[in-house]
Amino acid sequence: MTDVLNRPSTPQLKVVGTRPVRPDGVDKVTGAATYGADFHLPGMLVGKIKRSPHAHARIVSIDTRAALALPGVKAVVTAADLPDLASEEYEAGESASNLRDLSLNVMARRKALYDGHAVAAVAATSSAIADAALDLIKVTYEVLPHVIDVEAAMAPDAPLLHAHMFTEGLDERPALPSNIAKRNQIKGGDIDKGFAEADVIVEGRYTTQAVHQGYIEPHACVASFAADGQCQVWSSSQGQFMVRTYCAKVLDLDIASIRVTPAEIGGGFGGKTTVYLEPLALALSRQSGAPVKMVMTREEVFRATGPTSGAVILVKLGAKTDGKLTAAEVELKYQAGAFSGSPVGAGSMTALAVYALENFQITGWDVVTNSPKVAAYRAPGAPIAAFGVESAIDDLALKLGIDPITLREINGVKDGVKAVYGPTFRNIGYLETLKAIKDCPQYTAPLGPNQGRGVAAGFWFNVGGESTAAVHISEDGTAVIATGNPDIGGSRASMAMMAAEVLGLPVEKVRPIVADTASIGFSMLTGGSRTTFATGMAVVQAAEKIVAELKRRAAVIWDVAPDMVTWENGAAVCLDPSKEGLRPLPLAGLAAQSAKTGGPISAEVSLNAQGAGPGFAVHVCDVEVDPETGHVTVLRYTAAQDVGKAIHPSYVEGQIQGGVAQGVGWALNEEYIFDSEGKMENAGFLDYRVPVASDLPMIDAIMIEVPNPRHPYGAKGVGEAPIIPPLAAVANAVRGAIGVRMCDLPLSPPKIRAVIDAKAS
Amino acid sequence: MSKQHIRAVVNGDPVEFLSDPGTTLLDALRDELRLTGSKEGCGSGDCGACSVLMDGRLVCSCLVLAPEVEGRRIDTIEGMAQGGVLHPLQQKFIDHAALQCGFCTPGLLVAAKALLDVNPDPSESQIRYWLAGNLCRCTGYDKIVTAVQDAAAELRQVRRAS
Repeated sequence: MTDVLNRPSTPQLKVVGTRPVRPDGVDKVTGAATYGADFHLPGMLVGKIKRSPHAHARIVSIDTRAALALPGVKAVVTAADLPDLASEEYEAGESASNLRDLSLNVMARRKALYDGHAVAAVAATSSAIADAALDLIKVTYEVLPHVIDVEAAMAPDAPLLHAHMFTEGLDERPALPSNIAKRNQIKGGDIDKGFAEADVIVEGRYTTQAVHQGYIEPHACVASFAADGQCQVWSSSQGQFMVRTYCAKVLDLDIASIRVTPAEIGGGFGGKTTVYLEPLALALSRQSGAPVKMVMTREEVFRATGPTSGAVILVKLGAKTDGKLTAAEVELKYQAGAFSGSPVGAGSMTALAVYALENFQITGWDVVTNSPKVAAYRAPGAPIAAFGVESAIDDLALKLGIDPITLREINGVKDGVKAVYGPTFRNIGYLETLKAIKDCPQYTAPLGPNQGRGVAAGFWFNVGGESTAAVHISEDGTAVIATGNPDIGGSRASMAMMAAEVLGLPVEKVRPIVADTASIGFSMLTGGSRTTFATGMAVVQAAEKIVAELKRRAAVIWDVAPDMVTWENGAAVCLDPSKEGLRPLPLAGLAAQSAKTGGPISAEVSLNAQGAGPGFAVHVCDVEVDPETGHVTVLRYTAAQDVGKAIHPSYVEGQIQGGVAQGVGWALNEEYIFDSEGKMENAGFLDYRVPVASDLPMIDAIMIEVPNPRHPYGAKGVGEAPIIPPLAAVANAVRGAIGVRMCDLPLSPPKIRAVIDAKAS
Repeated sequence: MSKQHIRAVVNGDPVEFLSDPGTTLLDALRDELRLTGSKEGCGSGDCGACSVLMDGRLVCSCLVLAPEVEGRRIDTIEGMAQGGVLHPLQQKFIDHAALQCGFCTPGLLVAAKALLDVNPDPSESQIRYWLAGNLCRCTGYDKIVTAVQDAAAELRQVRRAS
């Protein structure tokens, strides 16, 4: 089944667009909600991981005998206990995974590729015994030279991570292996001609450091592998079906033999779209015969999960004096971490997506490095590319003496424009979003000394994909909605609201649940800003099937033709003139008679949703720079976004505000710092400093509603676009405050002090 | 080393449990007493997800050893709602959508309550600095600040009325 096109617009919405309290709210403010680490089973063991202390090393041998002999140790697992998988691409929605790489990231085989790479795992009767067992595992390493910097890793003489990696995407297959996994290129027109026509050219080289998603909940799971091969997993992730598939692949099991129950998820931002612990917990449970719980420490989260790429971004722009862009050239070099698959592809596609361009060339390099394998992070790849492009656009605006919003309006995409990355835009609200920022009070508020204002724009595709939803009507006419998508930021509320809208029920009469993998049909994971759009579409269609069924049953009761019944305000209404005077039959009345009219009233819809509308974000940031310390204070922030239709406006605003906060952290504070041996030096929240409440002002969110015609209520994804503009918006504001372009993130106080001092002398 | 016998008052009720000398209060609450509302986000006192009150003082329970609570009063998120009725802070967090994933929420609520206990009318800035030890990665803090302000206003009204 696919989605329905050109659905007539719903004239009067009663629930969609309002702000009811979320169905899981009480559980989450009372401490009752059960997250990954909150599960407990009788006889449960504690599982822990031994990790490589070297950034790059050959594993000569692993001796587990002493650990296994320790009383209380029930299992020890190494790569020898897992199948050695062949290379196989697995399409998982927003990003593809190579199953062999996935397995090798879960547990190193032959080589450890980054500091923190798992080399063995134990299960024991207590945490202290598990720790002691880890110390008793003797791993002999042959330490190898390592490389983390992306350009150093691209050099011909760089230490080689994978002996058989030959760069893909070049015109000719290279003769020698390298750390460059892939080159991608997007071209249009003739950039040489475009630059020749330009009156003004700006160029820049920008860098960003690896940053972590920084979810507050560390990865956690409980797994049980029964003697008959039936497995159960309880874990915190962005997709219970993703966990099921990956566990089955890594352990070579039947998918249906694994039942995964989603825990509440304590933040993910893309970082929980893969597995680290679950296959190992299952392997330990298989060996020990007991359930195994594994919970990462914060240090493990930093050293072995996430982050997103550090990168080098080269941008060259050409324009006429009237501001019209004539050519744009972008080169992106992204760290992938230990295995290929950086988000440079999405970075390339989004880099220039807000600009209508004839002549352009974008080249992306996916480069493996001795650092943790990158994981998706909110609009993967896009903030990095936008940092470079939007900084260069700001320089162009300065050079041309054109207002930065006006410059973006002159070159901005609108309906009918073919996007740099291929498709033709329809029903987008980018220009409206630019105007909203131009018109917001902050944009013209006076600035004081040492203060600056920056604007930047961002684009994200959003995705649809496979989803299932079920609607069950209870005997009293209330409804249960089951979906297969973890609720990461309030999606239970939006699911219940859309169902309530169709059924004509008050939203509190609809109970939404997130079902386990054995209780609902397949759904792709919660990611790509897809859940409210795609799973919401499944919910709406399932509820519509219920309404059709209710109308049919009312027709049976009234003995009229089915097309003589309509559904209004939660009740069947008879249109047959010969039956004048019949009172409407409410849902509760129909439910009470269900046994007589055909049995339980249920519907399940599985679909592959197409037509996710892209999102555009435009932000304005005001900062003040302390010339003595180099510290940047964000004074004011306004973020406008093309959101389609806000199903629950408070949670849309929340997505925008949260994305801004993460982007500000990326711009000002956050970075992975490695020592000379390639070990992460700041693997904790004290030294890896995410924004705290006192770092931020109130964040004004402006929702621009240009409905997406492919969704029943016009919704589109909203969660990712807001993290894209802040990096450049902050940097452009700092440029305004100190008069110097800062090109290297994060804009930490020492860097800014150095620039201020250099300017003074 | 043998376990120690600890007696304390948790959320108003007397409790007893056995603890290794090196066990944290957070682990004792979660593993011995099965009060899993307090969360571990870092284990180093940097994120505030494990915030509880010890004799009325706001602490990170991951930085307190379980034997230290002998004879003391501990208040956790599980004790905030009274008889099934939410505390105004809890209600305002829900009303204002001041949570997304909810993982930091128990710690933020405990910390916010500690603030309102000593300062019934905090400014935005005072709220932000008081809550600076509680990391939230989802919300950007905007709606949390609003919820705390609104709860404070309601509590002031309740106090005036009583």
